[in-house]
Amino acid sequence: MSAPKHVLFDVPGPKAILRDKIYTGVFSVVMVGLLVLLVYTAYARGIFDDRWQVLWDPQRGGQTAADVWHSMLVRGLLLGTLKAVVIAVPIVAVTATILVIARVSAKRLMRAIAYLFTHIFRGIPVLLTMYFGVIALNLSPLVSVVLGLAVYNTAVVAEILRAGIAALPKGQREAGLSLGLRPLPVLLRIELPQAVRIMLPALVSQIVVLLKDTSLGFIIAYYELLTVTKNNYNYFGEVTTVVFVLTAAVIYVSVNMAVSRLAHWLEGRLSRTRASAGVGEAPVAPPGSVTALGAGYAGTGA
Amino acid sequence: MGALVANADLLWQGFAATLLIAVVAGVLAFAWGVVLAAFRISPVGPLRTFGTAYINVVRNTPLTVVFLFLGGTTSALVGIVIPVSRNTYFGVTINNGILFAIVALTLYTATFVCEVVRSGINSVEVGQAEAARSMGLTFGQTLIQVVLPQAFRSVVPPLINVFVAHIKNTSVAAGFAATELVAVANRLSNANPGDVFGIFMGIGVAYLAITIPLSVAAEQLEKKVAVAR
Repeated sequence: MSAPKHVLFDVPGPKAILRDKIYTGVFSVVMVGLLVLLVYTAYARGIFDDRWQVLWDPQRGGQTAADVWHSMLVRGLLLGTLKAVVIAVPIVAVTATILVIARVSAKRLMRAIAYLFTHIFRGIPVLLTMYFGVIALNLSPLVSVVLGLAVYNTAVVAEILRAGIAALPKGQREAGLSLGLRPLPVLLRIELPQAVRIMLPALVSQIVVLLKDTSLGFIIAYYELLTVTKNNYNYFGEVTTVVFVLTAAVIYVSVNMAVSRLAHWLEGRLSRTRASAGVGEAPVAPPGSVTALGAGYAGTGA
Repeated sequence: MGALVANADLLWQGFAATLLIAVVAGVLAFAWGVVLAAFRISPVGPLRTFGTAYINVVRNTPLTVVFLFLGGTTSALVGIVIPVSRNTYFGVTINNGILFAIVALTLYTATFVCEVVRSGINSVEVGQAEAARSMGLTFGQTLIQVVLPQAFRSVVPPLINVFVAHIKNTSVAAGFAATELVAVANRLSNANPGDVFGIFMGIGVAYLAITIPLSVAAEQLEKKVAVAR
């Protein structure tokens, strides 16, 4: 039995193994049956007709397959979705570092302001901030999308980093101070790089969240993958909705899975380094990397 | 702010719609999420495969795509047409936008519930269940009296955070013809361009009134759980 060792079960004996085998057989049949039923229903509704042709040989208005894919992958994914991500991530790296400095500051006022900022912007929908940018501040859709993403993710990333700092042994800070470093350099050069390293998986998952949230731009008329998807199925006709929405979904899932895979890989790598170094905590990152996510990227190459 | 006061009934309608979507979809997502978690930890291979595939696909799909998918493709794929209903509950007329929102958020939030519950159960020491079994407790007794009470403690704070995100995610419905808080903000500020800041402040406060108590509670509980360990 390939079942992972689990808290709820004993290692299965002969009877349990037989029972599991029967269940496995039964549920395999049920799952495959459901899948066949689903495909057959779709087939009966004519889903496998020539509407999919639009992906390799569109029949309308002199558009070629290259045009369709160029619109989806280049103008939608690259120059829409990923552009917003690439602009937002460095901004978040800087602002989150500033927020975490304020959050652990010795001055009570700074801490209070940071606490308020964190709680307010973690509790407000990203879409509301984006609408605020478009309607109240008269910003362009791109800037509004980046504003919404940046404000929310600043609060979240700062919390992640704070948790990372809290997880460090006290001695790290004390050693830094006893060397004569002032509190800010201790934070930036000793605590933050290690916090980034511990929290790298969470930080990368947050990039996935950010990437998914760019799709909210669709609602405020930012030109990204979903807007292109909608334009495409409006142009090629109602029946191609399935084709284009599924294509967009596949693109999103692939990109996000690639990023998640990266997070997983990093996690494995980090635990391996730690084990081989033979110490309980992560080694200190290179002293140059002070910004939050910047240090994360430096870490991937190390 | 003046525009909000003048349109208090619309504001209330939006608030009620947000709450209605959040609560109904939240309950359904919890149930579906627990089922998915059971799938993922079950000894039956096909169920595990289904659970893992579902989680990986849905969690990596933006909620906006889930909405578009439901709205644009379910009728073509499986012939399910969400019926147009015009019933009114708590002052909220249940139109297609709200139904879509409930279905989409149920499917989406369930994946996060599943992961939280699963990691909660996995966080219980193996020895606890072993001890329970060696004392002769049945599977059901082990689960209900020993494993779940301990898992529950570490599950609650992250679960609250999942639901805070879930409540904010109801705002996506604004893009799909549901009159909830963000849609109200949008509509009122188009009608009262002079009062845009006040309107957005008011709507923001309406969200914070729901989310801040929850996230503070999660924080406090987390501290308590940390001490109890």
